[in-house]
Amino acid sequence: MNRNLISFTCIARKETTRIFRIWIQTLVPPVITMILYFIIFGRLLGSQLRDIGGYDYMTFIAPGLIMMSIITNSYTNTVSSFFSAKFQRNIEELLVSPTPDWIVVLGYVSGGMTRGLFVGLLVSITSFLFTRLPLFNLGYVVMFAVLTSFVFSLAGMINGIFARKFDDISIIPTFVITPLTYLGGVFYSISLLPDFWQALSRANPIIYMVDGFRYGFLGVSDISALTGLGMLLLFSIILFSINLFLLKNGVGVRT
Amino acid sequence: MLALEIDNLHKRYKGGVQALQGISLGVQEGEFFGLLGPNGAGKTTTIGIITSLVTKTEGRVKVFGIDIDDDFPAAKKLIGVVPQEYNFSIFEKVEDIVCQQAGYYGISRSQARQSAEKYLQKLGLWEKRHVTAQTLSGGMKRRLMIARGLVHEPRLLILDEPTAGVDVELRRGMWEFLAELNASGRTIILTTHYLEEAELLCNQIGIISGGKLIENTSKRSLLRKLDKETFVFNTKEPITSLQSLKPFEFIVVDETTMEITLSKEESLNHIFEVLDNQNIIIESMRNKTNRLEELFLKMVEQ
Repeated sequence: MNRNLISFTCIARKETTRIFRIWIQTLVPPVITMILYFIIFGRLLGSQLRDIGGYDYMTFIAPGLIMMSIITNSYTNTVSSFFSAKFQRNIEELLVSPTPDWIVVLGYVSGGMTRGLFVGLLVSITSFLFTRLPLFNLGYVVMFAVLTSFVFSLAGMINGIFARKFDDISIIPTFVITPLTYLGGVFYSISLLPDFWQALSRANPIIYMVDGFRYGFLGVSDISALTGLGMLLLFSIILFSINLFLLKNGVGVRT
Repeated sequence: MLALEIDNLHKRYKGGVQALQGISLGVQEGEFFGLLGPNGAGKTTTIGIITSLVTKTEGRVKVFGIDIDDDFPAAKKLIGVVPQEYNFSIFEKVEDIVCQQAGYYGISRSQARQSAEKYLQKLGLWEKRHVTAQTLSGGMKRRLMIARGLVHEPRLLILDEPTAGVDVELRRGMWEFLAELNASGRTIILTTHYLEEAELLCNQIGIISGGKLIENTSKRSLLRKLDKETFVFNTKEPITSLQSLKPFEFIVVDETTMEITLSKEESLNHIFEVLDNQNIIIESMRNKTNRLEELFLKMVEQ
């Protein structure tokens, strides 16, 4: 087997083992949170609201809630795992080895994607307790899920590289990702907003992910799904390059 | 061939601290090289640069002829490092830690397992392979880091204070293991505070002080620089009627102990002759301090 592939497999195995070793912390809480969202927003409040795009409110928000769990868990996994490796100094095991930086990035990102997509799958299964989610185009569902988890795993890694203390790993999720997710069309269609707020919403990258993912299930969208995929590819390239640049220059890991 | 070649190495940290001020040294293949120096002298910074954990400000480093600026990954394959501080995940199992490290060097899982078994057996950790690292004692953690540093069979092994905090018995076991490794042809660089350790193991000594290399020579020629040596003698009977021990300097410590200082030109036979003439029977004798320690303190103080 190719040396780089062995190194990648090694990091990926370690990351995946970690996720399932501490499943009580990594897999259970997001599912419980999403069940509460389904009950409160979908059933209790949603029953009082009119249909959106021809679907009842519960069905409309389900793809957004799945995407929300993918985003949060992909990000959280890489930031916490990479920072923990820095904190315990076991990141040095990788740094002293000949493993190339791009393999290090892909290895940690694979962990974030595994957790993000696995939690997404669990939330999807849970959603069947509340609604019958149609499947318009499986290809779009898979592409948006995979690319979104890739982008947020990369973003989490950047946060992990810069983080110096435990507080630093929760600032971005609390003050940036959560507000952007809530304003990213999970609970509403941006077509319901006045023109100015609609235009402003398009500056929120999460809107493209949620809208495209929802399109894969329901076949309705506010923004073209291809535009969404294009944006995700662009974010992937930019964030991957930033990660490589930071590791190459030893930011946060070398003195 | 030189296993390690360092030329005019400088390191200035962001805060402005100048940790290294133009260090140059060479370590021959197969040598057991001791890098000594007081705390903060620059030993760990030097090791950090060789292993890529610290970025250099200026200078060149070559590992078996490979310049780290040209091909650091190729140089890294030849180096194994055992750091001063524990740097493994305490939640992982002993065998996993060692095998993962092999994986980072591109070694297949099956080969990694074989190599891990070899070194865990040698270092007495094989029985502990399925336990998490957090349950190991301090000495076991140190040995785990040695096994991890060797799993990819490096030609150059760098150990930064490997026996710090390890009990005497274990330390001696580790010395035997390292001597055996060196005898099998592996180049070893060791930093240590135990000068007895350096004197016992190393055949070449470098002394760093204030970011500068103040000595780099063979242990033999270094010890030759020692112009005086003090021995402690224990006598069989209490010393009651001691006359002068001329030409030697001496101090009577207690009724059965005295210290005698020898200059380079004098011999132990002469001391025994003088003592014999006074009917003093010697039960045991030892060096007052480690010889290298005496030299080290003298050089660093300068």
